[in-house]
Amino acid sequence: MKHIDEYRDKELVRLFAEEIKKLASRPVKIMEVCGGHTMSIQKFGLPYLLPENVELISGPGCPVCVTSRKYIDQAVAYSRLPDVIITTYGDLLRVPGSTSSLDQEKALGADIRIVYSVLDALLIAKSNRRKKIVFLGIGFETTAPGSAAAIIKAAMAGLRNFFVFSAHKIMPPAMEALIDEGVMIDGYLGPGHVSTITGEKIYYPIPEKYGLGVVISGFEPVDVMQSVLMLVQQIENKTPKVEIQYTRVVKPEGNLKAQQMMEEVFEFRDDWWRGLGVLKNSGLKIREQYARHDAEQMIEVEVEETIEPKGCICGEILKGIKKPKDCKLFGTVCTPTDPVGACMVSNEGSCAAYYMYNR
Amino acid sequence: MCLSIPARVDRIDGHMAVCTVGESSYEASLEMLNMSEIQVGDYVLIHTGFALQKLDEEEALETLKTFEEFRNLNKDLDIEEQQHNTRIT
Ligand code: SF4
Repeated sequence: MKHIDEYRDKELVRLFAEEIKKLASRPVKIMEVCGGHTMSIQKFGLPYLLPENVELISGPGCPVCVTSRKYIDQAVAYSRLPDVIITTYGDLLRVPGSTSSLDQEKALGADIRIVYSVLDALLIAKSNRRKKIVFLGIGFETTAPGSAAAIIKAAMAGLRNFFVFSAHKIMPPAMEALIDEGVMIDGYLGPGHVSTITGEKIYYPIPEKYGLGVVISGFEPVDVMQSVLMLVQQIENKTPKVEIQYTRVVKPEGNLKAQQMMEEVFEFRDDWWRGLGVLKNSGLKIREQYARHDAEQMIEVEVEETIEPKGCICGEILKGIKKPKDCKLFGTVCTPTDPVGACMVSNEGSCAAYYMYNR
Repeated sequence: MCLSIPARVDRIDGHMAVCTVGESSYEASLEMLNMSEIQVGDYVLIHTGFALQKLDEEEALETLKTFEEFRNLNKDLDIEEQQHNTRIT
């Protein structure tokens, strides 16, 4: 990878840490919304390098983690239909549903295929015309345009057996909801890849309405440290604003082509987030025009009643109120090989990241 | 799942590109970019099979420059501090 060494330079990381220490005159809490940041922060041990009064807390930016149990249960129900092939990103397989998981269903013989890209799901649809191909569309603004692109292609090619089961969500409502709920933070480390698509304007309400800064950050340790420094500078100077640290990838306007695709296929709907409940206009529903490719509208199934796991505090962890270590099940009953809650499944989940790097 | 990787474009075939990261190669669709702007040798950020953005070489160098300035500034300060200390003691 290009220039990667520079972005991982230990001495630079240390210099940034010193500068942050010099500048921070009061305790600050910075929330990283993106699971990719959580992973990188734990992997490189950044919390240990920062001064004591600067704390990083993880937020609700792991798509698998915020997805509802009901969604998993419905995916399980689809997988039990004899004429359905489920296609999904690998992360979802081990997420426990109320009484089963996709992994278990696969072991029992359901046709569930892991794909790297939604485009692979399209290919499967092409070569299995008699089956219904259901793609599990999860993720934020980074994956939603891909699902949109696939739906547009399926519509153009007349692939009537391709369906998306959308749990796609958008990030800003969750960021606002956290502040509305009274979670005490002093600034946001903005999600680098979501912002690659959306650009910076979706975050404008955060400084305007709430007086908090957002610095859109890259994922290497030096990126994160520089972004933290930028936030601390904003906090100390009382100049909250949206800034981009990750300029080599994120353009202020984002990726307009991808935005158009999303807009063409999806409309907003209220959606449920683990820990945050139902947030207005935070989910993406497939528009009427493309209803033919919407699994929810086209494939009927009966879904079992949702049972939430006992003792799992994933919700509070996603809000940054508690840490994985506060959970009694962490590392004992709940491990990545046998997860109780969704936060332990994906690498980007807080519990999984802590388990791997910070036990 | 949300991880994206900067990869070098090695080959372009219609709207698909073959890109490498280290030893591995990936296929990525270029349909979310302005294809006319992408050339072999460019770096793109790929995510679940799509190139989401072209890496901006100028901006990348600019960031590295700020790192370097930051490092030098610190070195200067260190030297100053040392001199200061020797002067005081
Ligand atoms: S450790 Fe497991 S049970 Fe506890 S909060 Fe995390 S995912 Fe839930």
